Amino acid sequence: MIEAVHFPPALILFAGAFLLPFLRGTPRHAIALAAPLLTLWAVWGVPDGVALGLPFMEYQLQVVEGDRLSRLFGTIFTIMAFTGTLFSLRQGSRLELPSAFVYAGGAVGVTFAGDMITMFIFWELMAVASTAVIWSQGGATAYRASMRYVLVHLFGGVVLMAGIVGVVAQTGSIEFGPMQTDSLATWLILIGFLVNAGAPPFSAWLPDAYPEASWSGTVFLSAFTTKTAVYVLLRGFPGAEILIPIGSYMIFYGIIYALLENDMRRILSYSIINQVGFMVVGIGIGTELTLNGAAAHAFTHIIYKALLLMSAGSVLLMSGGVRRCTDLGGLFKTMPYTATMGIIGALAISSFPFTSGFISKSMIAQGAADQRMFWVWMGLAAASAGVFLHAGIKYPWYVFFQKDSGLRLQDPPLSMKLSMGLFAFLCIGLGVNPEPLYAILPYPVDYVPYTTGHVVTMLQLLLFSGLAFFIMLPYMKRTLTITLDFDWLYRKLFRIAAREAAERSATAHTAAFEDAEKRLAQLIARIFRTHGPHGILARTWPTGSMVLWAAVLLAVSLLIYY
Amino acid sequence: MNALLPHLPALQVVVPLVAAPLCLLAGRGGLAWIIAFLAAAAATVTAAILAYQTLHNGPISYEMGGWAPPWGIEYVVDTANAFILLLVAGIATVVLLFCYTSVGKEIRAGRQHLFYCMYTLCLTGLLGIAITGDAFNVFVFLEISSLSSYALIAMGGQRKALTAAFQYLVVGTIGATFFLIGVGLLYMMTGTLNMADLATRIPAIQDSRPVLAAFAFITVGLALKAALFPLHLWLPNAYAFAPSGVSAFIAATATKVSLYVLLRFTFTVFGADIAFRNLSLNLVLLLPAVIAMFAGSFSAIFQRDIKRMLAYSSVAQIGYITLAIALASHAGIQAAMIHIFNHGLMKAALFCAMGCIFYRIGSTRIDQIAGLGREMPWTFAAIAAAGLSLLGVPLTAGFISKWYLVQAALQSDMWWLVVLIAVSSMLALVYVWRLVEALYFKEPPPGRGTVAEAPLSMLLPTLLLAGANIYFGLDTRLPIEMTDSAATLLLRGQVW
Repeated sequence: MIEAVHFPPALILFAGAFLLPFLRGTPRHAIALAAPLLTLWAVWGVPDGVALGLPFMEYQLQVVEGDRLSRLFGTIFTIMAFTGTLFSLRQGSRLELPSAFVYAGGAVGVTFAGDMITMFIFWELMAVASTAVIWSQGGATAYRASMRYVLVHLFGGVVLMAGIVGVVAQTGSIEFGPMQTDSLATWLILIGFLVNAGAPPFSAWLPDAYPEASWSGTVFLSAFTTKTAVYVLLRGFPGAEILIPIGSYMIFYGIIYALLENDMRRILSYSIINQVGFMVVGIGIGTELTLNGAAAHAFTHIIYKALLLMSAGSVLLMSGGVRRCTDLGGLFKTMPYTATMGIIGALAISSFPFTSGFISKSMIAQGAADQRMFWVWMGLAAASAGVFLHAGIKYPWYVFFQKDSGLRLQDPPLSMKLSMGLFAFLCIGLGVNPEPLYAILPYPVDYVPYTTGHVVTMLQLLLFSGLAFFIMLPYMKRTLTITLDFDWLYRKLFRIAAREAAERSATAHTAAFEDAEKRLAQLIARIFRTHGPHGILARTWPTGSMVLWAAVLLAVSLLIYY
Repeated sequence: MNALLPHLPALQVVVPLVAAPLCLLAGRGGLAWIIAFLAAAAATVTAAILAYQTLHNGPISYEMGGWAPPWGIEYVVDTANAFILLLVAGIATVVLLFCYTSVGKEIRAGRQHLFYCMYTLCLTGLLGIAITGDAFNVFVFLEISSLSSYALIAMGGQRKALTAAFQYLVVGTIGATFFLIGVGLLYMMTGTLNMADLATRIPAIQDSRPVLAAFAFITVGLALKAALFPLHLWLPNAYAFAPSGVSAFIAATATKVSLYVLLRFTFTVFGADIAFRNLSLNLVLLLPAVIAMFAGSFSAIFQRDIKRMLAYSSVAQIGYITLAIALASHAGIQAAMIHIFNHGLMKAALFCAMGCIFYRIGSTRIDQIAGLGREMPWTFAAIAAAGLSLLGVPLTAGFISKWYLVQAALQSDMWWLVVLIAVSSMLALVYVWRLVEALYFKEPPPGRGTVAEAPLSMLLPTLLLAGANIYFGLDTRLPIEMTDSAATLLLRGQVW
């Protein structure tokens, strides 16, 4: 038995982040790899209940409070930090890894926060640190993307804070536990959480910002922000019904936009929203099975999504920055290892039997079926096919097969291969033997993933959608657009009506964006006229006008007082 | 030492007051600096002891020259003004450390001792305003601090500093005159100038026109000195063209002291009942405060000079403070005082950092400072820490301010205010970001050679102030205990 840990496990990562800038070479690598492992040790040392309380403002914070759910997320976050570090050892930017450590530490901090103030502190820390991760890429696009990113997150943070202050004012308690969506304050908290989860209408920040990070930065980004949001939703709003439609929207939003996308990492970013959608639906259904499913899916998703992004990152690094599917292809011959890893990740995200995605996602679908939620179940099944199309086939096909792009890239260096190998091993290992994962889920599991029914349904779904992809392939090749496969999805499932709606919403999105952009430009111009250096509100005024204002204010006050 | 303890309230003002002419007599910059620094450090220690005493033993009354109030001048220290004293004296000391090198470069050698003389006089004035319990005495110290700050601003290197100082002089004099008219009217009606005495006499005649007029004159006069929108027009130029050290000192303290006097007069002298229920001061304050939050932030976004940008940001932040005062609740007063303190720390750190940059490249224009973040990493770190604090990111002092402000708004059931606060804090992100972007991401302007990090004697005080932003974000005991007690005292209405 490990001795009980009474300090925040995140501290180890913060200490690592502090040391890293001063180190180079082997000591740097050693510290970088040791810190996440030590944190993992600490995560498992946190006892149940409050392990550390600290006074802050007028409250007693519960900085460290452990339970099964915290440990589950703490585990995957630290494993992720370790593998991401291994992958990014060759990263040239000296800012990225320390930022990523603070970022990961923030995520671990949130999972052990027993009260809302602690949670919020780590939450905001993540926002700042993840922005720095995007920055580290350097260049104009990266920092403009990070600007938009931090604006969204700061907005989410203010909403969340207002909600927390409101709840604290109403209840007098800062305890972070399950809440009902029955007051404005709890709604604000929910909205603050959902902003980070990538829920509509705030989904766009994610595919906007993540692909602008470096080849290794995106790997870190994919894991923490959205999954921390899943964690806080699991803790704060299990069974909130509003989450079912929100999650469903996210699922389809992710699929549609991923299918339309050409940038390989943007495809994978959209698919994060799609995958988080599954988790959000699971939380919304709110039975023990689906909550377990959502938690397990977050666990497995972090692994296979990181694996996919690591394979994409390897391609990006070795090709010197080629990111568009249309410029890639045929890489499997010279990058067999990376291609294999990408395919394993793709199979896992498509929940192929005997991969980790299968044993987690099927829990959510089964939970929906148990609750007799036919449409939800139907939607999840349809979406599984969609996931297979955009992430399971489209990504590896266009990057590693398709045509010969003329690129002759080599497999990446050993440390990157090792990190991919580790996660590929976990993808398959957990798929073959899910028991170790099931054993640490928040609720006891009596779910059996490998029944004939589950496997056959899934295989049918996957085989048919795979078949469809390759039937449509000639059309795709000729036009180089990818609208056809999303056609297929909707023709099969919702017929023309849904297709109409999807296309319209896509155009409406663009139109609304353009319109909003134009209006914004006009608004800024107007504000500049009044507030700019020569605007009425900011120019240097003659002294007389100030005196006039003083007189006016005096007159007004006198009028009011009399 | 024990013999000195009872006289601490007097020493708080007398020590810097005596130091001022000594600085003048010293004749040389270096010696004058030592005198000024010792005086400011002594004032800080005095303020710290007073703060400790008031927090634990309650308010202290001191009769100047042994004349009993209400005839003599009474100095009264309670947690409210002890807190302000601590802020003013502490900032003055740290900024003085900064001044040694900064003033050495920005002010001609023959005039440096004059600078320190004015600086200590300004400190005397600000401390005097905070500590005195006599309404007319407030005016006297107001004039001492104002006149010396006009001179300090006029010492700025550009010729525009003269116009800025002149404008501030005219406007400041009007503000002080308004205040004096108000005090005169009160004296006419009550025959007393002692604040405690005034407070007992005003309720009986609260509906008489002279008292109402006095209230209007005093609030408007103080709003002018505190740069509440739309009476803020003097502030941007004054902060932008003053010498670096002066910007840091005045931005962090001068408007804050005026806001304290506003608190003192509305809550202690007139009483919350009269000021807010009968005279609806909240209406007069709320609208300008909200406009200030937005107009100040928008103006800040578009400024090309960073010191001007910070000045407009101050206008917006003063909006927050006034907003909190207008809520007229315990939580509101506490939020206002916490933000007075925290905002002082933020702006002192930021203006000092700008001073570091000005020292190296002789400009604070946004196109000139491009790319400096990599060449002056420690200055950049200070700007980043203070900037995060300005945004209200957790673990910085600004977060504590924001938390209490939102809490105060919610306790008054004003959700719409929370929305406005949230939106305007987004605007703060935009202008802080612009600063960071220029420093870190932009390419340096052509023709600028390599720039070294600021000298240690400037860097350390800057980092100290930036560190204070972090420290008071973690250990909140001092500001929260002081302001909690201060809010209780102010709301109780009866004096001290």
